[in-house]
Amino acid sequence: MCGIAGIYSRGTTAVSRELLLEMGGEIQHRGPDGVGLYLDELFGMVNTRLSIVDLAGGDQPLANEDRRFWVMQNGEIYNSPELQAELEELGHCFATRCDTEVLVHAYEEWGCDSLNRLNGAFAFAIWDRQKKELFLARDRLGIRPLFIAQYGQDLVFASECKSILRHPQAVRKIDPVGLHETFSLWGMAPEQTSFPGIRELSPGHFMRVDASGIVEETCWWDLCFAGATDGRQESEEDLADELRDILYSSTRLRLRADVPVAVYLSGGLDSSLTAAMVRQVSDTPLHSFAVSFADPLFDERIYQEQMARELNTDLQSVNIHGPEIAQVFPEVVWLSEKPLLRTAPAPLLLLSRAVRSKGYKVVLTGEGADEVLAGYNIFREAKVRRFWARQPESELRPLLLRRLYPYLAQNLGRAEAFTRAFFRKKLTDVGDPLYSHQIRFQNSGRMQQLLRRSLRDDLAGMTSPQERLLQRLPQGFNDFTPLGKAQYLEIKTFLQGYLLHSQGDRMLMGNSVEGRFPFLDYRVAEFAARLPDRLRIRGLNEKYLLRKAAAPLLPKNIATREKRPYRAPILKAFVGPNAPEYVHDLLSPGSIDQAGLFDVQVTAALVKKCVNNLEKGVSETDEMALVSVISTMLLSQLFVSRPKHCSPARACKIVIGNRQVLPE
Amino acid sequence: MENEVREFIQTNYILTDDHAELGADQSLMDLGVIDSTGVFALIDFIEETYGITIDDDEILPDNLDSISRICAFVQRKKA
Repeated sequence: MCGIAGIYSRGTTAVSRELLLEMGGEIQHRGPDGVGLYLDELFGMVNTRLSIVDLAGGDQPLANEDRRFWVMQNGEIYNSPELQAELEELGHCFATRCDTEVLVHAYEEWGCDSLNRLNGAFAFAIWDRQKKELFLARDRLGIRPLFIAQYGQDLVFASECKSILRHPQAVRKIDPVGLHETFSLWGMAPEQTSFPGIRELSPGHFMRVDASGIVEETCWWDLCFAGATDGRQESEEDLADELRDILYSSTRLRLRADVPVAVYLSGGLDSSLTAAMVRQVSDTPLHSFAVSFADPLFDERIYQEQMARELNTDLQSVNIHGPEIAQVFPEVVWLSEKPLLRTAPAPLLLLSRAVRSKGYKVVLTGEGADEVLAGYNIFREAKVRRFWARQPESELRPLLLRRLYPYLAQNLGRAEAFTRAFFRKKLTDVGDPLYSHQIRFQNSGRMQQLLRRSLRDDLAGMTSPQERLLQRLPQGFNDFTPLGKAQYLEIKTFLQGYLLHSQGDRMLMGNSVEGRFPFLDYRVAEFAARLPDRLRIRGLNEKYLLRKAAAPLLPKNIATREKRPYRAPILKAFVGPNAPEYVHDLLSPGSIDQAGLFDVQVTAALVKKCVNNLEKGVSETDEMALVSVISTMLLSQLFVSRPKHCSPARACKIVIGNRQVLPE
Repeated sequence: MENEVREFIQTNYILTDDHAELGADQSLMDLGVIDSTGVFALIDFIEETYGITIDDDEILPDNLDSISRICAFVQRKKA
């Protein structure tokens, strides 16, 4: 796990070593254990290393035998010992036992097909000195980030945008399209970033660049939710056993490290199962970490403590009272480089800080289970709406909505007609590819009203976020099962566009901790996608097969616990009496006007409403709107108006051309 | 009364399409003014401001889904 950055200069000027080291300095939090530099007449790259495998020999860049191919990686190839053995059989000689070295030999042997053999979470760059060709690739589900920009003759890439923004031709501006997508889709659609000119290499894609520019960009892996097409007739029990076996294997692979590994315990099914599996497959002492909240509305401590007792692991909790969320929020935004809709990332940054201060560099978490095995309410909501749409006049069918939203059960007696009318919007448009997400998109789309009139006018003339999302759906999407469509959309928007960045990679790497996610092993995802819908959600029971698979490993109350969204306090953290001064300054009409992104009056009305309703609370959309404004204003401050610069990295391993030189 | 109701809506339901054009007959649900929970704030306001009690079976779009419907409903209740 590391940071990488580089420049392929197709012009006449050589790549600047100083610029590369400045770019490396911006991502040093990702890898504090060493800096590597590669440079020749056309190409240069820098790596900040977090050493986890082959601590002594794994400094990057690494090369193949004849030093034609040079590689830098951010991430981990979990099955590298097997691949190394296979490649040695084929005659390759390894200088280290570092997983990064496997990449160059595999690329030399199998070319871009080598990607299909990798099981890992990675983004890497391979420089072919002979063909003068750069190969960039990203893992299947987009766990590790990779950003690209083209400035004149330079193709620039990096693990985080802040490195790319050091390029002299970079445009320091907030891209309204990124805001528009976030405020509509709950995340940016693939490729989009917060900054004009910088885009993401999409998950599961690779790119080839030569002296003429980008010559190929290919999707090498994607999920296909076409349902049970292989005619398998296994019983539920057999399938649950199979899922458990895959998860065991995936957990075992993710325990491979030359440093101790810890787990996160949220108290829910997914992290509890992850921890239980670690316990089963490893006999080393297990350390677990958890976020707890002073406010019982968010707190899950009793379940975390129960699991810790059950697994005989010591549990370290980071207790969140509220004010620390606002205090740490500027750092959260600086790391995530995106507008945020919720404060939930903030406690996770404090949690990874605790992990690191206890000396751990690697944690396993339950991330991804809700997306691949269908745990979210939005999937159940879509299912109820489809069921209702078959009999739109039914009085009984919409009553199922009560099962999904506890607040409806409490209040539904009062406003049944309104609730029905709300969920009834576009009820019978079941052929709409975005059907499952339309209620969310419409609801959050209201946040666009926050944007300044001139921006809204510009955006109105462009392709809408929904249309852009539609354009990027894969061929065959229409043949996906109804639940499969909903899951695919959730993975492309909320998981890849928001969670994996802003709540996953960035909050972990902010404190130099690598997250490993057993549920996002591609074998788990592919297995889940091949199941019939009714095995992922049975009736309204979410993660049905996973619960069956987990039952032998977990206490009954945890295995059957309903999904509870992970949330953190918002209103009192930002507008309460203890809110920090910077929030007040950011939200002042003067600052809002100067940043030029939000409507001064609408923002002022929102803030006023939040202040006036501090005790009563405001709606979820209003809370999201408040966080959006604060995070976007911070983004604008930290990256545009008063950019924060880190000091340049200092290389400890330097390769010029094809030979290593001593650091100065 | 119409102005009071409009003012309440404008200060409490901020993220709506153009406030200035909030017409008396426009559907508040279509405008996104009222979502599945937002209706309770509206009921609270009406009960407090006009001293009436709204029965559960009166919480209907027919009674509450536009400024003019709200005004007519309150007038009926007070009569």
